[in-house]
Amino acid sequence: MTSDPLHEVLLRSAAVSLSATLLACLVAVPLGTALALGRLPGRRATVTLVNTGMAVPTVVVGLVVATLLWRSGPLGSLGLVYTLRGMVVAQVFIALPLVTGVTMASLHMLPPELPDQLRALGASRAQTVWRLWREARLPLLVAAMAGFGHAVSEVGAATIVGGNIHGRTQVMTTAIVEDVGRGEFGTALVYGAVLLALALGVNAVLASVQRREVVWARP
Amino acid sequence: MLLATTTSTRDSGLLDELLPTFESSSGCEVTTLAVGSGQAMTLGERGDVDVLLVHSPAAEEEFMAAGHGSRRLPVMHNDFVVVGPPEDPAGVGGAADATEALARIAAAGATFASRGDDSGTHGRELALWAEAGVRPAGEWYVVTGQGMGETLTIADQLQAYTLADRGTYLATRTRETAVVHEGSDDLRNDYHVIVVDHGGETVDCAERFARWVTDADAQETIAGFGVDRYGEPLFVPDAAT
Repeated sequence: MTSDPLHEVLLRSAAVSLSATLLACLVAVPLGTALALGRLPGRRATVTLVNTGMAVPTVVVGLVVATLLWRSGPLGSLGLVYTLRGMVVAQVFIALPLVTGVTMASLHMLPPELPDQLRALGASRAQTVWRLWREARLPLLVAAMAGFGHAVSEVGAATIVGGNIHGRTQVMTTAIVEDVGRGEFGTALVYGAVLLALALGVNAVLASVQRREVVWARP
Repeated sequence: MLLATTTSTRDSGLLDELLPTFESSSGCEVTTLAVGSGQAMTLGERGDVDVLLVHSPAAEEEFMAAGHGSRRLPVMHNDFVVVGPPEDPAGVGGAADATEALARIAAAGATFASRGDDSGTHGRELALWAEAGVRPAGEWYVVTGQGMGETLTIADQLQAYTLADRGTYLATRTRETAVVHEGSDDLRNDYHVIVVDHGGETVDCAERFARWVTDADAQETIAGFGVDRYGEPLFVPDAAT
């Protein structure tokens, strides 16, 4: 009995974590922006929640999501437990606080007078936000990358919600844990190296974008 | 002293009962690694642990033949049970033995959750499939690659059948799954203690542990273990004393 072919597991890992990151960004970037710029009611409580969320162990997120998705759970009828879609749900919640937090920090790094200047120049609220996002595009990219890295590298939630079922929900990290459990340390190390290569690749893309930006920025 | 044992002895709680007594009576300090039998054997082969408490007879005999162990003694046995949905859709309840039970599950195409982790339990499951003449593969055969507790949870969620050791099944009985077949000869599960041979030498505490766990006191503890909590003993002592 062996695990799935390496490329299938890798593809599954990438697909689940990229979808989760994308979905998380759709919520987290606007939320982080609102928290950085706005004077929303409950802002301080939400910021505390986001900061705490960044430190919650992913296995706890997995446990909570699994309890909701189990057959006996409130969302059991959706049939999401031990599916890739269920894993995406868990990873959205894993990436969400991190992307929100980094988005918030990215916008705080911009000159504080910038929003007021833009408004004074007659920019609408939407135009202001768009302009700020463009200014902060590199740190925002880092936010997304960090979310992806956090999601793709975690194992606790992937195991509890996904079940590591061969041919269905086994991903890179759960495959590594399984191989270690079988005493196949060599295979586990190979999987680890491939996961590391994936992280390196993602970082290389980021670095090349940053280099180009720096070149453009020169007069 | 490093002890590698199967997850089933830890999950059942037996080690928590045995080890403190051994430690206080022998003065040995035991660090336990609860892993699958496959990993336990690998750790023993590499000399990373000093003593094994495992239940994969075929792999153990290979291990001894290769000279990795200096002594191997029977300690106890428990048995495997076939668990599944209480309504038993594949009708395994009336099967003569576990081999027939598994053949019926395959014939019905009912979902079966396999640990697939090279553990002793997984080894027994594969042996039963071979005996039944079934090559387990396909949509109905779900491989979890995880321990017994996790696989029981997955089986419960998927309303699947699975093969479990009775100890872990009873110790984690919070689920809807029920024992649908038990008691046949092909479900017996023997545990041995193996003192690991480190290039001709053994660790003194490992030797002492092997002697102690097969001695009258420990065997009595094993015989009584689980009665108060589950109403039946989880293990039957096997060391002749």
